[in-house]
Amino acid sequence: MLIEFIPVLVLFALATAIAVIALVLPAFLGPRRPSRAKIETYESGKLPYGDARYKVPIGYYKIALLFVIFDLEVIFFYPWAVVLRQLHVFGLIEMGIFTALLVVGYVYEWKKGGFEME
Amino acid sequence: MRPQLPTLDLVPLYPLLVVTGWAVLVLLADLFVQHKRALGYLALTGVIVAAVVTVALWPGVPTSFQNMAISDGQALFFNLVFLVTGALGLLVAIEYLERKDLQRGEYYALLMFSLAGMIAMAAAEDLLIVFLGLEMMSVALYVLSGSNQRDMSSIEAAMKYFILGSFASAFFLYGIALTYAAAGSTNLAQIGSWLSGRGIPKDPVALTGLSLLLVGFGFKVALVPFHWWTPDVYQGAPTSVTAFMSVGAKAAGFATLTRVLYSAFSPTFTTDWVTVAAVLAAVTMTFGNLAALVQRDVKRLLGYSSIAHAGYVLVGIAAASPVGVRGMLFYILAYAFMTAGAFAVACAVERREQSTTTLADYAGLAQRSPLLAAAMLLFMLSLIGIPPLIGFWSKLFVFRAAVEANLAWLAVLGVLNSALSAYYYAGVVVQMYLREPGRSPAEEVAFRPWRSALAVAVFLAAAATVVLGLWPGAVVNLLMGV
Amino acid sequence: MLHSIWLVIAAPLAGVLLNGLLGRHLGRAFVGLVGVGSVGVSFVVGALALIELGALPAAERSIGVGMWDWITIGSLQVGMTLRADALSLWMVLVVSGVSLLIHLYSVGYMGHEDERMFARFFAYLNLFVASMLLLVLADNYLLLYAGWELVGVCSYLLIGFWFHKGDEEQAPVVLVDGSQVAVPPNLNPPDSGKKAFIVTRFGDFGFALGVFLIWSTFGTLNFTDVFAAAPQVPTATITAITLLLFMGAIGKSAQLPLSVWLPDAMAGPTPVSALIHAATMVTAGVYMVARNHVLYDLAPTSSLVVAIVGAVTALYAATIALVQVDLKRVLAYSTISQLGYMFLAVGVGAYAAGMFHLTTHAFFKALLFLAAGSVMHALHDVIDIRRMGGLRRKMPVTWLTFLVGALALAGFPLTAGFFSKDEILLKAFEFSPWLWAVGLLTALVTALYTFRALIVAFWGQPRDWPLYEKAHESPPIMTAPLAILAILALLGGLLGLPIVFGVPNWLSEWLAPIFAAHAPAEKHMLSVTTEWLLLGISAAVALVGIALAYWLYAQRGDITARLTVTLRPIFVLLINKYYLDDIYNAVFARGGQRLAALLAQGLDKAAIDGIVDGGARLFVRGGAWLTQFEDGHIPHYALGMFVGALVLVAYLVLR
Repeated sequence: MLIEFIPVLVLFALATAIAVIALVLPAFLGPRRPSRAKIETYESGKLPYGDARYKVPIGYYKIALLFVIFDLEVIFFYPWAVVLRQLHVFGLIEMGIFTALLVVGYVYEWKKGGFEME
Repeated sequence: MRPQLPTLDLVPLYPLLVVTGWAVLVLLADLFVQHKRALGYLALTGVIVAAVVTVALWPGVPTSFQNMAISDGQALFFNLVFLVTGALGLLVAIEYLERKDLQRGEYYALLMFSLAGMIAMAAAEDLLIVFLGLEMMSVALYVLSGSNQRDMSSIEAAMKYFILGSFASAFFLYGIALTYAAAGSTNLAQIGSWLSGRGIPKDPVALTGLSLLLVGFGFKVALVPFHWWTPDVYQGAPTSVTAFMSVGAKAAGFATLTRVLYSAFSPTFTTDWVTVAAVLAAVTMTFGNLAALVQRDVKRLLGYSSIAHAGYVLVGIAAASPVGVRGMLFYILAYAFMTAGAFAVACAVERREQSTTTLADYAGLAQRSPLLAAAMLLFMLSLIGIPPLIGFWSKLFVFRAAVEANLAWLAVLGVLNSALSAYYYAGVVVQMYLREPGRSPAEEVAFRPWRSALAVAVFLAAAATVVLGLWPGAVVNLLMGV
Repeated sequence: MLHSIWLVIAAPLAGVLLNGLLGRHLGRAFVGLVGVGSVGVSFVVGALALIELGALPAAERSIGVGMWDWITIGSLQVGMTLRADALSLWMVLVVSGVSLLIHLYSVGYMGHEDERMFARFFAYLNLFVASMLLLVLADNYLLLYAGWELVGVCSYLLIGFWFHKGDEEQAPVVLVDGSQVAVPPNLNPPDSGKKAFIVTRFGDFGFALGVFLIWSTFGTLNFTDVFAAAPQVPTATITAITLLLFMGAIGKSAQLPLSVWLPDAMAGPTPVSALIHAATMVTAGVYMVARNHVLYDLAPTSSLVVAIVGAVTALYAATIALVQVDLKRVLAYSTISQLGYMFLAVGVGAYAAGMFHLTTHAFFKALLFLAAGSVMHALHDVIDIRRMGGLRRKMPVTWLTFLVGALALAGFPLTAGFFSKDEILLKAFEFSPWLWAVGLLTALVTALYTFRALIVAFWGQPRDWPLYEKAHESPPIMTAPLAILAILALLGGLLGLPIVFGVPNWLSEWLAPIFAAHAPAEKHMLSVTTEWLLLGISAAVALVGIALAYWLYAQRGDITARLTVTLRPIFVLLINKYYLDDIYNAVFARGGQRLAALLAQGLDKAAIDGIVDGGARLFVRGGAWLTQFEDGHIPHYALGMFVGALVLVAYLVLR
């Protein structure tokens, strides 16, 4: 039974190994000549300003949360799509209910003004 | 690998489906209805429909939904308790929210969702469904606790409840995982048969799982030492929410706790959890009662009292016998009426600008509002356990079960505890009947049974306290079929 | 009527509903009519039922009247069933009869209350009577317990009825040498009510356990079944059951060590005191023991305990009554003392004698209380006997009736109290001369304190002239019940004349089917001469006591005053009621509160402190560390839960 989990273990090991290698190797191999421009925070090429820890308007959180929720729900479509052929009509009805519930939430958010920034 | 198609056997889940569907309906109606009060009545209709469906399913059906849900007599009985609580909670809220200027549609939808979670818990035959129901119930309750956004203590209550609740949920999930590791299944019956068949006696994995599950349940039903949140949250939350959750969440927790203990962890681990349950019961009721003695705030006082009552209920579970289970079921029903009723009175007495009621607010209530005071008197006497009110029978049944289960010490402690509790319950009565009203008496709603929804709730609870006290046989006969 | 015996309870209950819900709008006259009338119905129904029962053959004098099946759990079946037999119907008659007179009196006494309070008072009063009638008519322990608790609740509401009053400070007693002895204040009504409720509940705790034990042992709670099965049960079990039940009686009937609530119950309106003392509450314990005589007969140890507690309480309370300055408190302690007699009687197996004394005591104690109420009424609620004096001239009817009551209480020959007390002393002598001696000593003290109160209040010269000038006789609606009760207190003895008189002891014979059915055959080992002798001794003791009181308080007040100085320590001890209240206060009330405060504040509010003391510094550090990130107490709570979880896991896994 446990043998089935070997691939998972391998995946784990590989992921860890790559992360460790990517972090450790450069420290030994790469030359290190820090300059002011190099140690500055990387801001996609723009000049950084101010402190990174400042208050973000709550609207962002709201949008972000909604995004995460709907995004996660949509992931459910993937496994469903894979086995859709076997599920036949049942699968279709099931997903219909699922989508309908999602839509209810969506409509509710919309009407309640959840998508407005303020 | 072809996926197995589930058989769509939804009949036992009808109460759950009705409540869930109705919750969605209320949610949508909120978008179009201006008078939010109407939503309360809409939700109430849904609760009544669900109750009718539940009664129609009596005396229960075998497991269904791929053995994940069960609607036996016990589940249906709990459904009724939840629905009664929900109905009382709605009736109380309709008026309370209006007075507090908190009338909003999502309140009713959230209450319905929470109700759905409770029903799912009672019907769960699988640890995952338990968790699903638990979270569905809890998340809705977290939000409800904070529904008075103008009141800091309400927000604080919601935060406390949420954070500590998540903490407890983590324990619970870990418990599920360990149990799964020990038994290879999340299905309660299968766990039970595996553990008693091929499981290892004293299996540390299973025992750790059991204890972590107990932590999760202990949090929900407020057992010492997992009770910390209770007084703060009961006090801070809007009183109408407290009335609902003090009963509903507790009943749901006990519903599942019983099932988990009796079908998954019996008989191999029975001796283990019986000891734990007995000790927890003793500690919980003693602590709750002692702490309630010094309370000045009625909501907080009732919060500690609810802790004590969780202890009494646990006595029935610790008895580990059908008699004990029936006693526990009866106790929860009694508790539902007494406590929801008491909180409903607290709603009525509470002032517009405050979120709490001190004992002094009850001074002279008997003169200002004799019927309200009389109802509160009944609830207090019943909570003490004075015959012939319903609270007396509930105590009698659980203690009796404890004696039969060779836990006489627990029964003695229980009786001693209820003698002790008389002190603080009597304190409320003293205020109502034997004190002059203060200089600025609380502005409780005039008690007009024919006009106010709140009054209807108080009246129903008081009537049940008396009538079921005089004819407890009706409930007992019902329970014999469970 | 026998099969409609439920009417006895239903009538006052109907009165409760009518007066409780609508009383405010009905006016005093109607409320009074409903209150008195409903109890009157009870009395008439009870009397008719008694007559009907008497017409039956002695063996069939026990009728169960089932109303509905209260509860059925497995084999246990408890019905809402009443039992009408010689004992219960006799109690019904005494309770409803005395209550009827007290109700009548209350119409006058409470007349100056506003209509709301008036209606409320009668609603409570009726509920009180209904509860007591339920208690005496119950056919099973559960129903008995229900009545038992309801009586407690009612007493609580009634004692605290005048909730606006505070503690009443008492003027200190000034001795002839100029020194003062502080008198403990009278507790305020709400606290008195609470005290009564809670103290008696501690007895009820034992009672409830007793009922539990009966259920576990017998599997039934019906009197008949339990009594039938009792001889097969081990004596130890029966002893445990009877002792537990007696705990309830100790609470309800104010015996040592739970006697402290009764004197404070005086804070209620006087008719309530009369009701509590004479008819509806304190006698419940005696009745309960008599009802369970089958069990007590099987447990000699328990009976002995009952008898000893009774005897000791009788003497204890009588001595305290000697120095009380509050007229009602004198009577309160005398009740405790007389109840002691009754327990002495039922303890030595003289159940009929106990019931006899219960009956006569109901007459004369109701009389005394109502007369004291009449005095209070006249003096505008002054109850301190040191401010009275000479009242006999202003209030002749009250004076005469009080005198009759006092004579009966003191056991003056041929009054009701004389015969009933004598019968108890007789039986006590048969059982043990020691108990008899205690009883006799108590009788002497009783005569002394009764007449001390009477003389100080009614005899001599007025001590407070302005007060005296205002005094007036009470209206007829109050004096009429007094007169009726006075006649009963004088002639009540006819119910149970001593056998040596050569006439049948009516009450004894009436109750014989109940008590003789199971009891061992009565042995008459006392000779007629001894009986006459004992009778003479008790008569002499009563007379000596009365004479002594007259000499000490009416004639030679100077000797009394000097005596008090000489015996100062004893005086102080008595006036402080043997310090029982203070001890309880220190141990239970304060101790319990401190413990609760410790748990609530120390553990709950600041979990952290408790844990520091517990020594688990690691967790405290963790908690302190967590507090940096979280506001409020949530981390503490979480820590508490975590520790709980650890303990749970450790226990389950490691054990």
